[in-house]
Amino acid sequence: MRLPAPNAILGGAIIGIVIICALFGAIWTPFDPLKINFAARLQPPGPVYWLGTDEFGRDVLSRLMTAAATSVWISLLTVTAAITAGTVVGVLTGYLRGWTDRILMAFNDALLAFPGILLALGLLAVIGANKYGIILALGLAYTPSVARVVRGAVLSLREKEFVEASRVMGNSEVFTMARHILPNCIAPLTVLATSMFGWVLLSESALSFLGLGVPPPAPTWGNMLASSRSFIAQAVWLGVFPGLCISLTLLGINLLGDALRDKLDPRMRGV
Amino acid sequence: MLRFALRRILMAVPTLLIMAVSVFVLIRLIPGDPASLMLGDLADPASLADLQKRLGLDQSLPVQFFIWFGNVLRGDLGNSITSSQPVLPLVLDRFWISARIVLIAVFIASIIAVPAGVIAAWRQNSTLDLALVGSATVLLSIPTFWLGLLLLLFFGLRLEWLPVVGYVSFRENPTAALLYIIMPVMTLFLHEMGVLIRMARASTLEVLRLDYITHARAKGLSESAVLWRHAFKNAFGPTWTLIGLVLGNLLGGIAVVETVFTIPGLGRLLVDSIFARDYPVIQGCLLFVAFVYVVVNLIVDLLYPVFDPRVTAE
Repeated sequence: MRLPAPNAILGGAIIGIVIICALFGAIWTPFDPLKINFAARLQPPGPVYWLGTDEFGRDVLSRLMTAAATSVWISLLTVTAAITAGTVVGVLTGYLRGWTDRILMAFNDALLAFPGILLALGLLAVIGANKYGIILALGLAYTPSVARVVRGAVLSLREKEFVEASRVMGNSEVFTMARHILPNCIAPLTVLATSMFGWVLLSESALSFLGLGVPPPAPTWGNMLASSRSFIAQAVWLGVFPGLCISLTLLGINLLGDALRDKLDPRMRGV
Repeated sequence: MLRFALRRILMAVPTLLIMAVSVFVLIRLIPGDPASLMLGDLADPASLADLQKRLGLDQSLPVQFFIWFGNVLRGDLGNSITSSQPVLPLVLDRFWISARIVLIAVFIASIIAVPAGVIAAWRQNSTLDLALVGSATVLLSIPTFWLGLLLLLFFGLRLEWLPVVGYVSFRENPTAALLYIIMPVMTLFLHEMGVLIRMARASTLEVLRLDYITHARAKGLSESAVLWRHAFKNAFGPTWTLIGLVLGNLLGGIAVVETVFTIPGLGRLLVDSIFARDYPVIQGCLLFVAFVYVVVNLIVDLLYPVFDPRVTAE
């Protein structure tokens, strides 16, 4: 058996650590991430508070762990929502063609022509900034790109002999779609879902940074960075660690995504 | 060529129309009618009815859309609720501030990143290639708002070389304006370098495997002639398209950078108006950025045949 590519190992390891921290952070943190303790305000990293404390004396490490859980959970739900909705649209339009395809795709392409983050900002203005608002807004914003990719795959699949065979055997359209078309879309969807996880995590952090994400006091990497801005001169660690978490996670996803694409997309093999 | 251009321009029209409908519907999804939102809770019924009539809110929804859309086409995006300024001049004003930063950053990034990507592809799997791809992947993974914060910490607070936050207009004081703009430009530039190096490398690699490159080499052409005259021209297309997408995405995502450096740009205007629930301004910003995005991609597509005449042949 061939060893996985080095970028797959590195990326997988980073993501593995983030997910373990997130799972762990959801159950136990060294300190209460929300407990205000003015006696321990702006403590630099040390033996008690490994990564220091913030302007309210809250432990940065505990907050980062809780934030990891929040970010991973939001990103997972958002990607699942976008993949599900996009797959339904993509399979329907690609398989049925005709007017369903033309109308849905015209709308889809117009939405795709919006920068994702802008669409999310517009939706958040309507839905309101909270955890579920973000999932809904980002999920809707990323659905069109899933629909595009799935439709492309379905268009070439529906002309294949095994789909023809299924139809000739008298299987219903729904059965053919679910049994023969859908499983063959899994490879491109895996590649897309991996990079999308990164986009969503980044967008979620950016929205939190702007104050349009999960509202404080609940910690997210983005809102921790935002509140660090006022104290950055005295407390560098407040601005460094949350950003490091976002960057490392994204790096892991990018490395893993590259490796997956090389493996699952034969056209790109060796590139 | 002309037919290609006309077809591409016509294709942009339905996109813009659907965008206009989406933005209109989006804002109408908010509970409460726009007239009472504009006048606030303490409005007297007479002026409320007057405004409702003026905005056509007593009409059916499609009619309302056409009234609104007619106004938009005439350049009337309504007035801001908080400052009662007309929206379009406000948006344009802020747009130039953002556009300047984005354009300079993407321009410099393209000039450096594209040759770097081509060279990385040419020396695939060499130490140079690994170093270039590695740093590109790292740059790509650092979110702009953190990169900006780090630059600010280092150049602004530690070394004290550059002013920390704020914005000065070029008309007031060009030197100061330049100093204030360096860090935001650098932030976007570094981030986009990562994106563009990878794209330029990937598309060059794909071209380098084609038969005509082998043929050019077999003919005895020098490596630099093969690379720049034959490979580069065909490999540049996808990167060129990406530059258009990057410009649009940056306009959408620039709010975070403007927040880090407190620059009064378009992104900040949008976020501030979301906080203030200033719906005409939100609507105006969304519509304007979408419009710019479509137009930029249109221009990019129309210029595409300059690099690759094959696209017009179809």
